[in-house]
Amino acid sequence: MSTPSASLAQPPTAGERWMDLGLRRGAQALAVGVLVLLAAIVVEIGAVAAPAVRERGVDFLTSSTWDTNRDEFGILPHIWGTLYSSLLALLIGGTLGLAVAVFISQRFLPRRLELLLKNVVDLLAAIPSVVYGLWGIFFVIPAIRPFTAFLHEHLGFVPLFDERSPGPNMLASSLVLAIMVLPTMTAVSRDAIATVPRKLREAAFGLGATRWECILGVVLPTAATGVFGALVLAFGRALGETMALAMLLGNRNEFNVSLLAPGNTLAALIANTFPEAQDHERGVLMYAAIVLLSITLVVNMLGTAILVRSSRKAAGARP
Amino acid sequence: MLPRNLLLSASAAAALTLGACSDSSAAEAVTLSGSGASFPAPLYQTWFAEYGKSHPNRVNYTSKGSSGGKKDVIEGIVDFGASDSAMKDEEIAKVDRGIQLLPMTAGGVVLIYNLDNVRDLKLSRDSLAGIYLGEITKWNDDRIKADNAGVALPDVAIQPVYRADGSGTTFCFSNHLAAASQKWQSGPGAGESLNWPVGTGGKKNDGVAALVKQTPGAIGYVELSFAKTAGMPMASLQNKAGKFVAPSIANFQAALAGATLPANMRTFLPDPDGEQSYPIVTYTWILAYKSYPKAKLDAFKDAMRWCLTTGQGMSEKLGYVPLPEAVTSKVIAALDQLQAK
Repeated sequence: MSTPSASLAQPPTAGERWMDLGLRRGAQALAVGVLVLLAAIVVEIGAVAAPAVRERGVDFLTSSTWDTNRDEFGILPHIWGTLYSSLLALLIGGTLGLAVAVFISQRFLPRRLELLLKNVVDLLAAIPSVVYGLWGIFFVIPAIRPFTAFLHEHLGFVPLFDERSPGPNMLASSLVLAIMVLPTMTAVSRDAIATVPRKLREAAFGLGATRWECILGVVLPTAATGVFGALVLAFGRALGETMALAMLLGNRNEFNVSLLAPGNTLAALIANTFPEAQDHERGVLMYAAIVLLSITLVVNMLGTAILVRSSRKAAGARP
Repeated sequence: MLPRNLLLSASAAAALTLGACSDSSAAEAVTLSGSGASFPAPLYQTWFAEYGKSHPNRVNYTSKGSSGGKKDVIEGIVDFGASDSAMKDEEIAKVDRGIQLLPMTAGGVVLIYNLDNVRDLKLSRDSLAGIYLGEITKWNDDRIKADNAGVALPDVAIQPVYRADGSGTTFCFSNHLAAASQKWQSGPGAGESLNWPVGTGGKKNDGVAALVKQTPGAIGYVELSFAKTAGMPMASLQNKAGKFVAPSIANFQAALAGATLPANMRTFLPDPDGEQSYPIVTYTWILAYKSYPKAKLDAFKDAMRWCLTTGQGMSEKLGYVPLPEAVTSKVIAALDQLQAK
């Protein structure tokens, strides 16, 4: 009678206890290892960059010339290009991504179709960025050329359109980048929308709200922090993109607000220049790498913090 | 039981074969590794692959750029390097074993352009520098018209394309512009990467070719083989003698013929003399140590001698210049001077 319960209530054997301890310690070691790795990367880059940081200081961040022959280096155009292209991509990709997230989570479609669409969008994340770059060169740039010519011709007095390159330009780069951040935006905001309690939605319908009123008035405001977190993560994704922009933005070290002009980004500058860089240029590039690392780190930490807060709030709201 | 036995015997057999292989290779074959310039990389890789087919020794080449090649040689992590900008004396001084420069082949930089219905575009020294300085912005500019009498040049904006990554091709191109134009000399100057006054940058030769091909009104510089692959029209350039010369292997050779190799084998031809000389050409070098361990020395000499004799026959098909006998005999003489240590 007592045999089954007795066998279940057995204390753990010494071996099981060791296993348990080993698992815990092993997991701890690996978790600490990730932090050590990050620290090692920062220290390593920092050590190479240190002389350049001391020598050039803030000037490096505010000047616009990149001239290896004259030993003049400044990354203002690259910081600007990085932020500008990412923000534009976010504006386009964020809006589109949120729309897709709503469309595939609010029963506009049968379940199966929703799942199919979700997977298709996720698949976009699996396309290598060099392929996006080629697609940009051979399709997007020629496709928008008549449009940019029209804008430049008729609205050329607006600073946004006052300089135009029929080849690589900011608009084409942002469009491609927008598609590249789409999966991040859609997946994370879809999850945020999914955490909105069903009862809220049912209550809204109960009060006579239409579907749109429910989505705009109840679902999205409730999921707002999560959607905002998705935006920040997508922004982080855009900031670090290298290859596609190196191929599409024109690698022009020049500060320009025009959407139709070429530009450059920090990541593209480093990728293009580093392999052939002389010793003194290496330090400067590492300085640029630290600036890029700081920008992405801050943005990603912000995004994660917002997401953590939103999921806590959502958990609290659940009955 | 049976599968386990099979596995055991299989692994034993594998161990035996492996052992046999490593024994024989240690006795005979030597593997040489090199790295550097990407400009001659297609030729070097063809050479070393062909050489490997008929010889026991192996040569591996990594295309990582001239600066990378020089760095690797100074740090001693390769058996040889390769560079389009040779190696400066102060860089050579950093190597205890000494460095012997070996010119292996030569090539030319050509200007490709994207203009409908314009074949045989001619560009004077003045126009070429003017385009890349941003002084000439339209294809129907008077200066370009003067170079091309009778050609209908369109009223289209010029889109200059340059190399975004540091490269020997840019070094060769800007070296010529600095020699041909005083303004260029005091402006952007010569180097592997520049502060370009105008234009957009493409990544590597194929990036430049793709941008030129996709952008109406674009002009860009690439090495000959990429222009041929892209099927783009190439401009004839005005040389020092004032003649317009089309890019071709024969005209590259004419340019090289005018220069004599000095004892250290380092010579640049920023602006070659001669009526038939194409103006933008360069030698490209392998950076050899002056001494090697005996086995490696023999292998290295054998491989390089093969490249300088049999290998030269493959150059032209890939868009590089076969070096004349007078030059290769000098290089082989230098090769023979390398010592065993």
